Parts: sequence; structure tokens; C-alpha cells
Amino acid sequence: MKNADVLLSGTNVVKEFGYGKKKMTAVNNVNFAFHEGEIISIVGESGSGKTTLAKILMGLLKETSGDIQYKGMPRQFRSHKDRKKYWKDIQAIFQDPFSSFNLFHKVDKLLLDCIELQGLKLTKEEQFIKMKEACAFVNLKFEELFNKYPFELSGGQMQRLMIARIFMLHPKILIADEPTSMIDACSRSTILDMLLKLRNENNMTIIFITHDVGLAYYISDTLCIMEKGKIVESGPAEEIIINPKHRYTQQLISDVPKIHEEWNLA
Amino acid sequence: MSLNAVELMGDVSPAPRKNILDVQGLKTYYKTRLKENVYAVDGVSFALEEGKTLGIAGESGCGKSTLALSLMGFYFPPLNFGSGSININGIDIMKLNKEQLRKQILGKEIAYIPQAAMNALNPTLKIIRFIEDMMKEHRPDLTKKQVWDIAAERFKTLNLSPDVLQSYPNELSGGMKQRTVIAISTILNPKILVADEPTSALDVTSQKTVIKLLKELLDKKFIKSLVFITHELPLLYHVTDDIMVMYAGEIVERGSAHQMIFDSLHPYTKKLMGSIIVPEEGMKENRLTAIPGTPPNLKNVPSGCRFADRCSYAQEECKQGDIPNRYVGDRVYRCIFDPDTLKEWYKNEER
Ligand SMILES: Nc1ncnc2c1ncn2[C@@H]1O[C@H](COP(=O)(O)OP(=O)(O)OP(=O)(O)O)[C@@H](O)[C@H]1O
Ligand SMILES: [Mg+2]
Repeated sequence: MKNADVLLSGTNVVKEFGYGKKKMTAVNNVNFAFHEGEIISIVGESGSGKTTLAKILMGLLKETSGDIQYKGMPRQFRSHKDRKKYWKDIQAIFQDPFSSFNLFHKVDKLLLDCIELQGLKLTKEEQFIKMKEACAFVNLKFEELFNKYPFELSGGQMQRLMIARIFMLHPKILIADEPTSMIDACSRSTILDMLLKLRNENNMTIIFITHDVGLAYYISDTLCIMEKGKIVESGPAEEIIINPKHRYTQQLISDVPKIHEEWNLA
Repeated sequence: MSLNAVELMGDVSPAPRKNILDVQGLKTYYKTRLKENVYAVDGVSFALEEGKTLGIAGESGCGKSTLALSLMGFYFPPLNFGSGSININGIDIMKLNKEQLRKQILGKEIAYIPQAAMNALNPTLKIIRFIEDMMKEHRPDLTKKQVWDIAAERFKTLNLSPDVLQSYPNELSGGMKQRTVIAISTILNPKILVADEPTSALDVTSQKTVIKLLKELLDKKFIKSLVFITHELPLLYHVTDDIMVMYAGEIVERGSAHQMIFDSLHPYTKKLMGSIIVPEEGMKENRLTAIPGTPPNLKNVPSGCRFADRCSYAQEECKQGDIPNRYVGDRVYRCIFDPDTLKEWYKNEER
């Protein structure tokens, strides 16, 4: 990623919750630089601060201290307008795809919303073509789906629809917080390959959050291993998997069962 | 393609040794609100020898949980028994009434941990209360103090702190909650434990602690056999002797864990194995093999092989008639093609 521009970076980012005795530091002095078109995984067990960091990146939570730069400038939200502008560039998908939709809107409405969000004025014909194209990108058939409600779809189909939306909105940054943890291994590979396609075809920066270092390795260029709010090791995915330096990274790798190696259950 | 007569022995499994679980021709269905019958378990036959462990894998919706529930012989709407037999430790449980089933079988011969059980614990009750309730059914002679002692002893043996007994479910972490559920369910030393996705909602670190506990239950002989349902194949590879793959309510292949992962025969198994992701050197270059399309709607299953629509090797004859089981040594799979033909295809695909 050395040749690409840094898109989003942070120095000494801290997030604390609570006061006095109850104070806890969820994100503890974290530094990072994410490049254009890079896929980064933030890996750690539950409670390690991954989601808190993701929310800060999305601008949903305010950091307690530290600096965040976006496109080489300090990221500042002086007004709601600033924030809205930032949100045009950054999108997210979550663990439970059903939680982020209005369940009473049919599929075509969910996709039409994306066209509206972008402020595009399109004819019915053009809208149809755009929605069809987005569904084709994630191997769904728009003709079979447009008239359905979310609860008529499987988790895997729904997550693909989320990605179809991302495809239409083409943000610069996508944050994917455990997007495959609620779906079976088979649909999971489909989802991961679609995220890779988004990056390859649209040069999107993808920040993938997971507890499974295997998934992280498969999808990303760069890994950031997070333990108790700190990034304890980061670098090229291949290097970290082959030669993990930090004790915690080694533990995370040993926690995942492999198929060409023994699994130490002692 | 050769249809070898010796391979086509029909639906009878090889001669049983001592089977702790024996299921033959099981069909169970959901009655929907529109009064349609959805056969989520559609003619399933398999046996499990005492002391052995069996994994069940397959895509979401293929009927794994329904099979697990059906094994308990506990049918309540909308799930109905259709036909077939279930033998647990030599007892034909479909001949028992609900009362006998609850008293003699559940918890003692076979224990069942439903998918998402750990989140279904009543949050207002302390853990010890769940154990007391269970003991009331099976050991009404014990005093509260005795139940406590048994529970504390068991928890200690399993490296779980007896303090947990005094906690409320929500005070426990996900991994601890799941281990607690497993410890409670096996307190009567059931011969078989059926665990439905016990690790799927957990992070990999807690997953491992749950797997360790299951191994320990087996090692310490608190349970004799295990049926482990999950779509995480690498887990099964390390935990169970055999793996059975379900597709659209049927079993399409069963073999040893090693055979299934490295030498699968059925095209569906082969594809499933292609979705395995592990942090091993070189994994990044191995692009995953996605399976096109979705499983058939169980309300309206196609004739012939149910996987044919998504199978890249399917031919016209796959879509007709009954597909027989083929037996190859200890393995069984349901496909019209013989092993040599299939392996030849797989070999060519790798090139
Ligand atoms: N209560 C129900 N009423 C009607 N149909 C049901 C019911 N529960 C499950 N089904 C259907 O039965 C089939 C099998 O479902 P089941 O839950 O057994 O699959 P599964 O393999 O356990 O899936 P998962 O991996 O998602 O847990 C599915 O088609 C499902 O839609
Ligand atoms: Mg299930």
C-alpha cells in the first residue's frame, strides 16, 4: 500500500467511557494510517475495543483525545453539515443486516433510497437499470427480489443486499463490522469475495472488523491486532500470519482451528 | 460412468456394532400456517457407535436443527413426526409417551443443547436453580444441599468456578454462559450429548474454551458420544470422528472427518470444503469456491438429486427418480456418479 495515498489516519486516539472509579479506556492511544484502496482488518476478541474504534472512524462517537485526519486534513465536525458531508464518503455494514433496514420497506424501496441519498435525478428506466446492476454485482436477481420484504430473505441474501447498496452509494470508505458472523460458512465466502470485488473494481478502502484472524488474513492487505484497547501489532497480513511477533497475535492464531496443523487444546 | 451393482446396496447401513443412536428413515415436518407440510428432515438414516463423535454440517436451513430436535422425540407444533424410527441405547423412543420420554430418556440417555440456548436462560434465576429444577425431575430424593454439592463438585472437575452457581445468567460472559449451559445439561451423565451450534455466537477465543470443555466431558466419560452441529468445518475436523453433511433435509455424505475434508466425494461436500477459511500460509492465494444459487425451497423439492440445480457436474439423469446411496468402505454418499468419475473431475478442476 506504499504507493497509495493515506485516506484516513489517527494519532494517539483515545476513547474513555465513564468517570472516576468507573472510568474505562476502550481505545487506548491508537495510531493508524489507512490508504486508498486498502483492506485493513481490525482483529481482537470481544471487548477489545474494535467496535468503539469503528464508531469513532464513522464519526458516530467522539474521541476523548487524539487527532483524526481525513484526506490529509484534520477531520472536524463543526456543524451537522460537516458530518453529513463526511457520511457521504463513509458507509458501514453490520453483523445483523436486518437491524439496519426498515423492515416494512420492500427491497426496491431500500435500493431506491440509495439513489435518492445520492441526490440523483433519474428516470424510472435509469433507476431500474441501476438497481438491476447493483443486484447483479452481488449475484442477486432484482426481478425476483424487488417485491419482497426483508424478512422473506435469508441472512446471507440480506447481507448481499447491503453490499448492493454499498455498490450503489460507492463511498470512499466502507466499515464492515463482523458482517459474516451471523451467516453460514458457505454464504460467508460469497460475502468476502464480494467485498474484495468492491475494492478491486471501485478502489474502496475497507475496514473489516472481526474476531477471526483467519477471515482477516483471507480478506485483508493489512492487519491491526487489538488487545484491551491497544493496537499491539500491525503490518502486512501475510507477514503477521507467518511470523506473529506479539504474544496476543500468537494466541489469536492458535485459537482458530486449522486443517493442516494440529490444534493445541491443552 | 459405471453403476457398480455392489455399490448400490440401497438404503441399509452396514451391520451395526453397538449403536448408541440408530435412526432409520426419519421424516419430520413443519406444518405451516397455510397448512403445507415442509419436510425439513426427509428420510434420514444414520447410526452412531458408543464412544464415537459425529459432526453435522450443511448450509443454513438444510435441517440440522430440525434433525437435532427430532432426535429427542419431542414433537410439538409446528414440528410433527412423519415416519421412521429412533433408537437411543436400544430403546425405540417413538414407542414412549411424553412422560416416559421426559423421565427415562431426556437428560439421562440423551441431552440436547438447542441453538442459542445460552441466550434463552431465564435471567431472573440463579444458575443453581436450573440444576435444582433438573434434579427435581430425575432425583427427587436429593436435598437442596446434596444438589449443591453435586453441582459444585462437577463444576470444579470441569475447571469452572462453583461461584458461577450463585450468579445470574447475565453476569456471565458469552463463553462462560455457554460452558455453564453445557455443564448443567450433562450433570446426569447422559450417554449422548447433542449440541446445536454451541460455539457460533462466540468469538474464537471463547469458542476454544467451549471445545475444550466438550473434549473434557468425553475424556472424563461424563458423556459417551457427541453429536456436534456446526457449519464451521475446521472445528468438526478437530472435534468429531465422523462428519455428516446435510442438504435440503437429506444426508448427502458421511465419512471420517479426514476423508470429508480432504477427500470428499459428493459434489456438494466438495464445494463446502472449498469455503473453508483458515489462517494458514498460502490460504490467500486459494480463492474460495462459492456455490451458485440457493438451496431448494423445502415446500417444493425437485425430483432426483436436490443439489443438481447448483451442481456443475449435473446431467439430465441426475434430475430424475430416486438417487441411491453409494457405500464405499465406511463411507456413504448419495450421487449417481462413482468415486473414480468424481475424483477425475475434481482433479481436472484443480489444474
Ligand atoms: N418453526 C418452523 N416452522 C416452519 N418451518 C420451519 C420452522 N423452523 C424451521 N423451519 C424450516 O425448516 C427448514 C430447516 O430449518 P433448520 O432450522 O432445521 O435448519 P438449520 O440447518 O438448523 O439452519 P441454521 O444453520 O440456520 O441453523 C428451513 O427451511 C426452515 O425454514
Ligand atoms: Mg440450526
